[in-house]
Amino acid sequence: MATHETTGHTTTTGLDNRKVMMWAFIGSDCLFFASLVSTYLLYRGKSVVGPYPYEVFNIPYTSVSAFVLLMSSLTMVLALSAIQRGDHTRLRIWLLATSILGCVFLGGQYFEFTVFVHEGVTMQGNLFGSSFFTLTGFHGLHVTFGVVILMSFFVMSLRGRLSQEQSLNIELAGLYWHFVDIVWIVIFTVIYLIEAPNVIH
Amino acid sequence: MTTEHHDIEHPSSLKYVVIAIILSIVTALEVAVVYIEALSPVLLPLLGILSVGKFIVVVGYYMHLKFDNKLFTLLFATGLILAVYILTALMVLFRVFI
Amino acid sequence: MAANIGSLPKFLQRPTTYSGIWGWIVTVDHKKIGVMYAFTAIFFFLVGGLEAVVIRTQLAFASNELVSPDIYNQLFTMHALTMIFLAIMPLAVSFFNLIVPLQIGARDVAFPRLNALSYWIYLSGGLVLNAGWILGGAADSGWFAYAPLTLDQFGSGSHGMDFYSLGLLVLGISSVAGGLNFLVTIINMRAPGMTLMRMPVFTWMALITSILLVTAMPVITIALIELSLDRILGTQFFAPGAGGDPLLWQHLFWVFGHPEVYILILPAMGIVSEVLPTFSKKPLFGYPFIIFSGIFIGFMGWAVWSHHMFTVGMGPVANATFAITTMLIAVPTGVKIFNWIGTMWGGSIDFKTPMLFSIGFIFLFIIGGLSGVSHASPPTDYQQQDTYYVVAHIHYVLFGGAIFGIFSGIYYWWPKFSGTLLNENLGVVHFILMFIGMNLSFGPMHWLGMDGMPRRIYTYGAEYGWEFWNTVSTVGSYIIAISTLVFIANVIITMRQERRTDLADPWDGRTLEWSIPSPPPEYNFKEIPIVNGLDSFWDTKYTTDEDGNMTPIPQGVSNNNEEEVAIHMPGLSYFPIITGFGLSASAFGFAIYNQYNVVGLTIAILGIVATFFGSYGWCFEPADPEDHH
Repeated sequence: MATHETTGHTTTTGLDNRKVMMWAFIGSDCLFFASLVSTYLLYRGKSVVGPYPYEVFNIPYTSVSAFVLLMSSLTMVLALSAIQRGDHTRLRIWLLATSILGCVFLGGQYFEFTVFVHEGVTMQGNLFGSSFFTLTGFHGLHVTFGVVILMSFFVMSLRGRLSQEQSLNIELAGLYWHFVDIVWIVIFTVIYLIEAPNVIH
Repeated sequence: MTTEHHDIEHPSSLKYVVIAIILSIVTALEVAVVYIEALSPVLLPLLGILSVGKFIVVVGYYMHLKFDNKLFTLLFATGLILAVYILTALMVLFRVFI
Repeated sequence: MAANIGSLPKFLQRPTTYSGIWGWIVTVDHKKIGVMYAFTAIFFFLVGGLEAVVIRTQLAFASNELVSPDIYNQLFTMHALTMIFLAIMPLAVSFFNLIVPLQIGARDVAFPRLNALSYWIYLSGGLVLNAGWILGGAADSGWFAYAPLTLDQFGSGSHGMDFYSLGLLVLGISSVAGGLNFLVTIINMRAPGMTLMRMPVFTWMALITSILLVTAMPVITIALIELSLDRILGTQFFAPGAGGDPLLWQHLFWVFGHPEVYILILPAMGIVSEVLPTFSKKPLFGYPFIIFSGIFIGFMGWAVWSHHMFTVGMGPVANATFAITTMLIAVPTGVKIFNWIGTMWGGSIDFKTPMLFSIGFIFLFIIGGLSGVSHASPPTDYQQQDTYYVVAHIHYVLFGGAIFGIFSGIYYWWPKFSGTLLNENLGVVHFILMFIGMNLSFGPMHWLGMDGMPRRIYTYGAEYGWEFWNTVSTVGSYIIAISTLVFIANVIITMRQERRTDLADPWDGRTLEWSIPSPPPEYNFKEIPIVNGLDSFWDTKYTTDEDGNMTPIPQGVSNNNEEEVAIHMPGLSYFPIITGFGLSASAFGFAIYNQYNVVGLTIAILGIVATFFGSYGWCFEPADPEDHH
């Protein structure tokens, strides 16, 4: 994201080019994740050997990480609200909070993955391992990029280089961040929760 | 170009927090229903409704799509609808009827 | 906000000069980027053509031994990949770059540096894709790379398929970036008064193509990621023993693959829609119908993909569904063809070279479309699948269609960007030879296919009786090659000529690009035009008098030679080339990782570092170099 809108070019729609592009990119990314989710669902129940999802999924644990990511969306939108009001202190607080929550999520993912590997689920082990780790891995990669972007803006703000006029940058970062969150809403339901009956019974 | 600033009111910080609380409750509900045996015949549709609900709320309010120019909705919907369509078509073709 | 650019050593500072090669390396000007795309794509077109000539020579005689089966597999795989991803698509993007901003009255695209990035990824990615030729073997499993043949354990042992999967992944980034860029440009940077229904058809087709690019490419991205992970990290996506399903690859590939063929043809259809009215001296017949047909094609293109899979056993319901959707998608193309014919009907036709190629397009695309309709029916497709009948279809639509359309555009728009005219006589020779060669080469493939000649065989026995028509087909391919050389000669001769100053509007065009000097100044338009209707430029030149006759409007003094105006343009940057080559380097490193662990990983890491440095530096570089905070 460039750091500053160029001199007053008017656009056909009156909307900023970068915001139009971000929404188009998000539309495109829907297909990226849909293909990964498709692969997972098409292979569900078809692994020739275990371990199987219901043997390793920990629904309460994953619910907590889903909750963490949802809260990070709250802090993200509060950060945007802050810079739109010109409140730089709150901007920094909420940006930092969002990044921390993002890192907590990532830490939780890392821990979950190590447990799974310990229990015999590997990328190379079976269809479940391959499709699960690839899907959640790419989601995690998206979260990581998001944290890097948010922390970059945090540092820029600390240096006095992020003005109220530049709030679009935070808005764009927010759109990206919320998108990553809604992808997790889908993953949480479609990958984890539907296994829950098998896990419990 | 200078950011088009909405004359439409944004939700206030308090509203965002309320939305977050609602999202948390729905998430808790989602987790709860999988433990309720009586609901298992309708589990999938129920989970579907709850998660779609969360999805719409985050997109509409946090991503501000409800209040923004409809072009953004068009761009997002194009990708989303194609995505859901492809996923559904593949599941039908592979006879995976979740 | 600007990084502390002033404190950097001079060679790391943002470039401000344009001289020589450096000017091209750091350019963000859509016109220069368009020229780079065109020359690189023509180079790869020649590479793909050479591969084709070798293929045809091998097939000219029964039981021929010119090349081994292994090399033959690489030839047909790389021929297709090169033509599709390194020739046709980049030529289309070249036109988007050169023409779209001019047709909408803009000074550049929405994101000039991203535009440059797309080009540098294309160039470096194209090199990665072809690296196999000198590094142990190029991709050899067909361009559609059906799993599990593409897995390491079933392959020929070379890295060709790694260059394939990682090379295409990187090229995909180029395409998505370009698609996003043009989508935003066309939506958001049109001149005042240019509503969507006043846009030229070429720009409309560019818009639809851009939407297809950003939605279809993610699907093949996942397929390629899964293939790469299988090959490099040993995941099980397509491993038969683990339950990996070959159909997963096929579906993911063709969900992309079918919109891809519309990505290949819509730009050419756009070009034809510009050339025909200009050389018929008539407005395009049925403009709204052509636009809506294009939209319908883009939309329906998502509903037909499994017609590539009629023979895999999806069952009668799936087959019937896709048969119906496929037959349906023939309708909007038919609508376009009738509208093009309607455009020429009653017009005053000027048979210049651009027009010859556009008329040739219509004729040849109809033939390709008809064979396509016969594919749409599963029972007939069962006989045609994997035979030369399909090869005939492909080449009539892609060569007779896309390539002829592209040549039409090259001859048409050449004067705008060079200030010279390609030689008309050589152009006619090029057209006649290419038309004859094309039909001689691909026509016989229809009945060779119906007679049962399979695709992708390196030779065949004389007892099948296929030799005669194969020889004819090979002669046709040599004629195509000669015609291409005629074109190249034309280009070289013309490039040596003096630039003229009177070629702003050599064809009496209808659209805005003809309203500015040839070649255009850096800023394109001295003043952004105000648009009042379709073909707005034409309306500034002609009006109808009381008798309904077209009369020219007296033009004011041409301001072609006025003094330079101080319009400032987006700044130059070296971050796109760094980021672009960084991405391809990482792809290359990962591709050779299995065999050369250390070297591969080192290159990959260096590539990733370059990508991050390039991207990060880019983010902190103001879009506009005169902004300082």
